[in-house]
Amino acid sequence: MIQFLQYLGKSTRTSFTKLGRGTYFLLQIISGILSVLPRPRLLLNQMYSVGVLSFLIITISGLFVGMVLGLQGYYTLSDFGAEESLGVMVAASLVRELGPVVTALLFAGRAGSALTAEIGLMKATEQLSGMEMMAVDPIKRIISPRFLAGFLSMPLLAALFSAVGIIGGQMVGSGLLGVDEGAYWSQMQNNLDFQDDIINGVIKSIVFGFVASWIALFEGYDAIPTSEGVSRATTRTVVNSAFSILGLDFILTTLMFGDD
Amino acid sequence: MQHTSTQDTLVGLFVASGIVGLFFLALQVSNLSSFVEEDSYTITARFENSGGLKIKSPVSAAGVKIGKVSAINFDPKTYESVVQMSIYSNYNTLPDDTTASIFTSGLLGEQYVNLEPGGSDEFLKNDGKIDITQSAIILEKAIGQFLFKSAEESPEDKK
Repeated sequence: MIQFLQYLGKSTRTSFTKLGRGTYFLLQIISGILSVLPRPRLLLNQMYSVGVLSFLIITISGLFVGMVLGLQGYYTLSDFGAEESLGVMVAASLVRELGPVVTALLFAGRAGSALTAEIGLMKATEQLSGMEMMAVDPIKRIISPRFLAGFLSMPLLAALFSAVGIIGGQMVGSGLLGVDEGAYWSQMQNNLDFQDDIINGVIKSIVFGFVASWIALFEGYDAIPTSEGVSRATTRTVVNSAFSILGLDFILTTLMFGDD
Repeated sequence: MQHTSTQDTLVGLFVASGIVGLFFLALQVSNLSSFVEEDSYTITARFENSGGLKIKSPVSAAGVKIGKVSAINFDPKTYESVVQMSIYSNYNTLPDDTTASIFTSGLLGEQYVNLEPGGSDEFLKNDGKIDITQSAIILEKAIGQFLFKSAEESPEDKK
């Protein structure tokens, strides 16, 4: 019993300590961002590995998600004779929810895990300590550019995901199933609001990009510097990112779309 | 150096396509293109019941959209619904005895304000008022009245 209580107290304390370290780390990253700006080359390289390399998986997933939405939506809507609303359904669900969330989950799996592994290995092979020895701040040199790259890439990727998905839905809806193409677009334009839907979707993706990059970088930086530690940190990145993204999505949705 | 310049190009392409995606969402998917404020003037109409009318609901005449609802308020003195509409200023020849009624597009579609021009020579101006209005038809009310009526009639049928 005592042991159990001890275990409980210890694990609570370690998780709070970790949260504290994470917050401190975040503050360090943010203060390091200023020193990235004079060196855009660092940012560009990271935009390549975080953004460009995620491009393909995001667009292809977006296309298929949109196509499936078109198909499933059509079956349900045609029961009510409301096939013309397919465009609204596909676009609203993509722009409001699926675009930001699925992109963030894919982003955590594709880019986040790579970031954690990279930084964890740098730590395990003592490259980070080596930098410190040379009076180069690893936060400014390694972490902040990656954070900024993730933060900037996420909204772009999410917008691409939604756009490609809507086109995919249109391909299936009006190409395969015979929904009128004009109705698909005009119903969508009538019912989606720029302020309420598009901007809120973009805000969501910015928040998710922030959180996913933060978790990935922190887990890598905080990893136990052994091969096992790095592998565990990578797993934790994906699990924790998924949890935080889905949890935050619920909160953001209630805040944004609650009152209408 | 060759390597970095391809990388630069790819990053550039990525950013450009992301921005194109955002523009696509803004212009093609949402109503931003119709968001650009056209010049308009405001008229108000008082309804006994404005039903499911919302802000931004269309205002049409002869089936053509000529404006949108800009505000709906409840008048605490007369217990009426005060609907403010902005009409695009190129349609400034509405007679001042125009009738406003709230219709539903389709059986379950959205509600809109229909303006039926009258025969007057005077035109509605900015802040003009429409006097003749017809409230929204509330489906539940109509069904209720129908049921009430048929219940009244049915005992006589049985005799």
